[in-house]
Amino acid sequence: MKFQFKYDINLACRVILQENLDKIGIPYEISGMTEVQFKGHVSHEEFRKLELSLKKYGIEIIDDPKSVIVQKIKEIIKEIVYLEEKPDNSKISAYIAERMNLSYGHLSKIFSEVTYTSVENFYVLQRVERVKQLITEEKLTCTEVAWKMSYSSVAHLSSQFKKTTGLTPRAFQSIIERRNSSGSSSSQLQSK
Amino acid sequence: MKVDSLFILLADDDEDDCIFFRDALQEIRAKTDLTIVNDGSQLMQYLDNADNRVPDLVFLDLNMPVLNGINCLVEIRKKSRLKELAIAIYSTSSSDENVEEAFINGANIYIQKPNDFSVLKVILEHVITLNLQYNTSGLKKENFLLNINNIKSDEVSKT
Repeated sequence: MKFQFKYDINLACRVILQENLDKIGIPYEISGMTEVQFKGHVSHEEFRKLELSLKKYGIEIIDDPKSVIVQKIKEIIKEIVYLEEKPDNSKISAYIAERMNLSYGHLSKIFSEVTYTSVENFYVLQRVERVKQLITEEKLTCTEVAWKMSYSSVAHLSSQFKKTTGLTPRAFQSIIERRNSSGSSSSQLQSK
Repeated sequence: MKVDSLFILLADDDEDDCIFFRDALQEIRAKTDLTIVNDGSQLMQYLDNADNRVPDLVFLDLNMPVLNGINCLVEIRKKSRLKELAIAIYSTSSSDENVEEAFINGANIYIQKPNDFSVLKVILEHVITLNLQYNTSGLKKENFLLNINNIKSDEVSKT
């Protein structure tokens, strides 16, 4: 038997986090997508144990302050990409700076230092990633996606997609479809 | 999410291309370790040995003796241990059939080998930072497709 599936990565992450945090038995609050606050004292051993058990799922605890900032910027960008009412492209930098309460110049410098890419590039990448999802999983047309993602036109969407991936949205769609039907895709679970 | 050095594996039987690749890789910003194998069966031997570190990114020439690039690709994608492995095809050809065949068989990136050193540098820098984003930003690996060909050196200065 073979079947296709889709998943909500944020929900999956949250459930894994909760299950592992519950094991420690100290009250906590998940504040934001990638932040947890303990409401009591956690011993060093307990914290180590948590760190190890989360690592299994690819969840890493960050302690370097620059990485924390980068992670927060990434979360904000992902949020923007999923917003129904997006801020104008020209206002993204101001939006991020305001949310982080730090100057944009400072933020973008740290971001490039840690990721070797710019905040702008990361935003475009996330946007195109969302487009990929919408055209393959939700099976939306480019016109629908352009509207949903606040692109000024289908042509703009197509050219940003092509510039970022080297493929047209149509070619991308067709490759993913053919991968799924040939059974060589890693997005399939096989069971007997 | 600390960025340690990235482990890159190159499978290519052309000695000049390997040197060209190694020199370009040394000039990019991200820290990398490179291992080179000279044909497909050497590559599979390397990857099958569970004691070896799994690479962050594999560059695969299509035209190699013994086991060619597409055969390797198909073999790699059959192994659950290597499911997450990012694979870049690195080939002189840029025919639509080759590009399509590579992507359908599970390649993430297709690069047409450039002749210009500065172009190669820019490409490697781009590919490696993008791969890093896929590994550190929770992006879906199945949707990681990137096609790079026909980049002229005068376009490079803009990026």
